Amino acid sequence: MPGPVATTEMAELTLIDAVTAALAWELGHDNTVIVMGEDVGVNGGVFRATDGLQQKYGEDRVIDTPLAEAMIAGMAVGMAAEGLKPVAEIQFMGFIYPAVDQLINHAARLRNRTRGRLSCPMVLRAPFGGGIHAPEHHSESTEAMFAHMPGLRVVIPSSPARAYGLLLAAIRDPDPVVFLEPKRIYRLARQEVADDGAALPLDVCYTLREGEDVTLVTWGAMTHETLQAADALGGEGVSAEVIDVATISPLDIDTILESVARTGRLVIVHEAARNCGVGAEIAALVAEHGIYDLKAPVQRVAGFDTIMPLYQLEMDYLPGVARILDAVRVTLED
Amino acid sequence: MNSVAHFEIERVQYLDEQAQLAADAPPLANDRAAMTDLYRAMTRVRAFDAKAINLQRTGKLGTYASSLGHEAIHVGAARALEPADVFAPTYREHGVLLERGVRMSEILSYWGGDESGMAWSGPAQDFPYCIPIATQTLHAAGAAFAMKHRRQARCALAALGDGATSEGAFYEALNAAGAMRLPLVFLVINNRYAISVPVHKQTGAATLAQKAIAGGVPGIQVDGNDVIAVCDVLRQAAARARGGEGPSLVEALTYRIGDHTTADDAGRYRAGAEVEHARQVEPLVRLRRYLSARDWWDENAEQALRRDCDTRVNAAVKTYFARPGPDPAQMFTHLFARLPARLEEQLDTVRIYARPGGDD
Repeated sequence: MPGPVATTEMAELTLIDAVTAALAWELGHDNTVIVMGEDVGVNGGVFRATDGLQQKYGEDRVIDTPLAEAMIAGMAVGMAAEGLKPVAEIQFMGFIYPAVDQLINHAARLRNRTRGRLSCPMVLRAPFGGGIHAPEHHSESTEAMFAHMPGLRVVIPSSPARAYGLLLAAIRDPDPVVFLEPKRIYRLARQEVADDGAALPLDVCYTLREGEDVTLVTWGAMTHETLQAADALGGEGVSAEVIDVATISPLDIDTILESVARTGRLVIVHEAARNCGVGAEIAALVAEHGIYDLKAPVQRVAGFDTIMPLYQLEMDYLPGVARILDAVRVTLED
Repeated sequence: MNSVAHFEIERVQYLDEQAQLAADAPPLANDRAAMTDLYRAMTRVRAFDAKAINLQRTGKLGTYASSLGHEAIHVGAARALEPADVFAPTYREHGVLLERGVRMSEILSYWGGDESGMAWSGPAQDFPYCIPIATQTLHAAGAAFAMKHRRQARCALAALGDGATSEGAFYEALNAAGAMRLPLVFLVINNRYAISVPVHKQTGAATLAQKAIAGGVPGIQVDGNDVIAVCDVLRQAAARARGGEGPSLVEALTYRIGDHTTADDAGRYRAGAEVEHARQVEPLVRLRRYLSARDWWDENAEQALRRDCDTRVNAAVKTYFARPGPDPAQMFTHLFARLPARLEEQLDTVRIYARPGGDD
């Protein structure tokens, strides 16, 4: 007898709701998925990203681990090699560094060093970035470190829909993914997201707004200010295209080059320190492949090359709309 | 004041330094076929090791870490494991790999600079050599978690050295194994040296086995030059793990007779007399004395075994030499399951500039 026709649930979700929904979907549809980390079980995670998951899927699927980040990452490597799909949470990016040994020396290279005999389909999630008045070590953006490492994918969502679709894609990807969640916009806005288990493609940029005069390239929480800047530019008669890179490694430079070929101007906006940031790689690739399309020097609007300050100064550290607008104006000068 | 916790560490030895068998030795010691089989396996491991060092000295192999003196531990560990179990080695457990079905030529390929050696004929689920120290203990813990999660009667065994017990990864793995009651055996191969640093400078603890206690894991010492004791203790530890009784740690005491690797010169930091003593009590000498005393072994058998080892090792070297070197494009083949579009250009570059014959 035919059952009721399944209807896709549409819900107004915040970015962190979308993370929870994606984890729940995959736990419910793939019994090899294991959610693990510090406080992810009963407590539902310090940001509530795993809220309710242990109650629903049990203590053997949603695991409160001992407090040891290298262990979380290292065990995830072993679990993944044995055919599970661990989705491990590092509570804050500032505590990810003990896990970096495992990410670089093992997760990133297990497939390569066994010629594909073993692989490492794991996701390491971590909230990152500033702007929530958190204590020291809770606000940095060090995604470029991971982007530099061959064998790792680095994915950063910037909206509820992309958090949902990209996290599903990350979990289903056969290789390790560092999934960095911009916590400043965890609850900034709600968006209608279809909880239908549909993944979004990795390794591609998302063009959030089309424009003709300047290309603004960004990712994570800075998409918010960048879109605001694009609105303001619209009021001044400047049409800005906004691209969310989303997968910062491997980088989809083609979408950026195609945009720059039309606009002739490029401003890269990121929260991380400027020195050796992902913006430098984008600027270099545009210089290599698209320099004759440029009508003005590439501009980078980035965090300063200083220690991320405590929260009284954090908004002075993070690039704001004014800095983005000024950078765009530099590209518009003749 | 109440004593709330106490511990003691036992040391197991059945075949002593003079090859005298203890009265309480397990039945294995009286099984002629099994004992001569262990001796054959240990001799093969040593023959392979000697050839590998020779290849390195003559420029035909890269840096290599000798297993000389570790044969009883390697063969004993391999015999304690089932084919479906998971082994996580350091960079020195060639003997375990050989006994688990990895080909000599594959091991040579890896140390000869070609990753394809680790796409081996041994158990597909075993971890490759681990060059960083102690990190593999966490992989074994993760694999053990997967086994427990699936309610499989399997176990994982992680080998590590004495120096590795100073690493955070080891303590984190031990702690997790205890907290999660994982089917995991830590095999601490205490060969007394971490490159140049002797174990007494590595720790203030009287034994490495007792480090297990703080993790809620039973720890035991075994004479790592006594293959009977190694087999017995590791079989029990593996059986415990498979039977749902949780993790354990076995500290196997031996001596690194060789240099740390072929790039090391142990003469810089330890006395020759110490090494000479180690040669008197090493596992093959001891086992042969035992087999001879039982009249299970003679010079004819020894010569036949040596010839067999030579044949196998020489055939492996021939295969190793005949293996085609890696295609430079292989750098890209297994980076990801699918090569990202952005790397196609670099793949083209490596093809254009590929050096004929590779970089010898």
